Amino acid sequence: MNLLQLRKMMLFTAQRMVESEPELTALDQIVGDGDHGIGMKRGFASIIELLQDEKFQPTDIGDFFIKIGTKLMTSMGGASGAIFGTLFRTGGKSIVNTMELNAEVFAKFLNDGWQGVYQRGNAEPGDKTMVDALSAASKSANELTNLTLNEALPIIAKSAMEGAEKTKQMVAVFGRAKNLGDRTIGHMDPGAVSMAFILKYMNDYIHMQ
Amino acid sequence: MRKPKKLLNDPNNVRQEVMQGLVYAYNGKLTAIPDYCAVYGNHISNEQVVVISGGGSGHEPTFAGFIGEGGIDGCALGEVFTSPSPDQIIELTKATENGNGVLFLYGNYSGDGMNFDISAEILAEENIVTKTIRATDDIASAPLSKLSDRRGVAGIMFLYKIAGAASQFEKYNLENLYQVVAKANANVRTIGVALDGCALPQSNNFNFELDENEIEIGIGIHGEAGLRRQAMTSSDEVVKEMIHHLCDDLPFQTDDRVCVLINNLGALSNTELLVITRKVGIELNNRGIIIHDIAVGHFCTSLEMSGFSITLMKLDDELQHLYDLPCQTLGWRK
Repeated sequence: MNLLQLRKMMLFTAQRMVESEPELTALDQIVGDGDHGIGMKRGFASIIELLQDEKFQPTDIGDFFIKIGTKLMTSMGGASGAIFGTLFRTGGKSIVNTMELNAEVFAKFLNDGWQGVYQRGNAEPGDKTMVDALSAASKSANELTNLTLNEALPIIAKSAMEGAEKTKQMVAVFGRAKNLGDRTIGHMDPGAVSMAFILKYMNDYIHMQ
Repeated sequence: MRKPKKLLNDPNNVRQEVMQGLVYAYNGKLTAIPDYCAVYGNHISNEQVVVISGGGSGHEPTFAGFIGEGGIDGCALGEVFTSPSPDQIIELTKATENGNGVLFLYGNYSGDGMNFDISAEILAEENIVTKTIRATDDIASAPLSKLSDRRGVAGIMFLYKIAGAASQFEKYNLENLYQVVAKANANVRTIGVALDGCALPQSNNFNFELDENEIEIGIGIHGEAGLRRQAMTSSDEVVKEMIHHLCDDLPFQTDDRVCVLINNLGALSNTELLVITRKVGIELNNRGIIIHDIAVGHFCTSLEMSGFSITLMKLDDELQHLYDLPCQTLGWRK
């Protein structure tokens, strides 16, 4: 996948993320303070603007993801802005000078992005955060580096969604949900769902083509 | 089901309009950085450490409403209930810092922590020195053994008071300022109670709702869960329990001097607030705790949430001296 195709894929993903706001808001009203969906909508609406601006001309795939991350971080604020911004910025930094996105590059993006997120927020798998979806996706991607991106992405996206589903059984230890304790059991973490949605929509786009 | 009803314009413009409102309300004493939704006071001197705060909108007059002489110096306004982003904090810091260092002072929430930390790292690369205090006064949010996990709520106002007095009037350096604000933070305790929920401007639903005959003890300022939900009872019963929790937590002892804050979370009447204040006074008197000063009103709200919080700050001579210095801010004057 080249830079132009990636740009189209992320535009589609951003549009779907904006449309997912009510679902994410409903989830966050149960376990958080109700602003997660609104924040994601604000962030990805800014991404749509960025990607539709002809003056936005990233030099390579790493640079593209870094700029997406910076835009998320500055337009969203909140924990989500810091975390999703860090994912794209750190993941992007690890693949600068790459002109072709394949399964191996994408695995590196997810792995290094996850490291960046961990250093920023200290959340580990099992803590009922977006990391549960991201780590599942990252581990899955590591096993699929010999496949094409088209073959690997559906499996990566599915792993992320399974990771998000598993957060239903977890007790939150981070963010505002932690004060609910056992009351969070039975509900998915909205950040994990967002993470899974991003990968799902990337995959949906590839397979619509 | 009851629906929220708010007198607003475009809900997506709330924080910018709040910022514009603040500029008018301050009537010449406040400068805005509109592109970054940040504001700072025109009182800042070249000799002081700059105290910067920030946080989600929806808690007015916290946080920006405490800018002024004897208060904080600058504030980055986040979206409603959302921390500001690093570029806001960085631009505000660069606009105000004067080479004496900067104290970041804000409530202990994961979003605020990460965004201020990212800002501090970037500012350090440009040789701007910062130190950070996170207010952790909400006793319902974590046990005493995990004090650093606690949320910051209305008690941050006392930290602003101490920080502003020490930096502006007593010219504390960054390290000494950090130490005295950390001491104040260790001496402040808050607990809140909600009668009903609040709704974000963009939302058609309340974040949570309580039954007609239900209250929640220990509520957070974004509607975070408290200690428990229980049947509605009398004001005196509720206050008695809250004071018990507060005095147990520090703990407060006979002859301790305290500052008291009775904070409206949004929608209580002044009548209710004064009935609460009466019982707080009685309870503290019964324990032999000396009320040095007491503030009653809207200080750290949760949009239109019906409820209130009680904060106590235990004083020593240094804190009392700093507390007694004047302050002229929009949200609070002394």
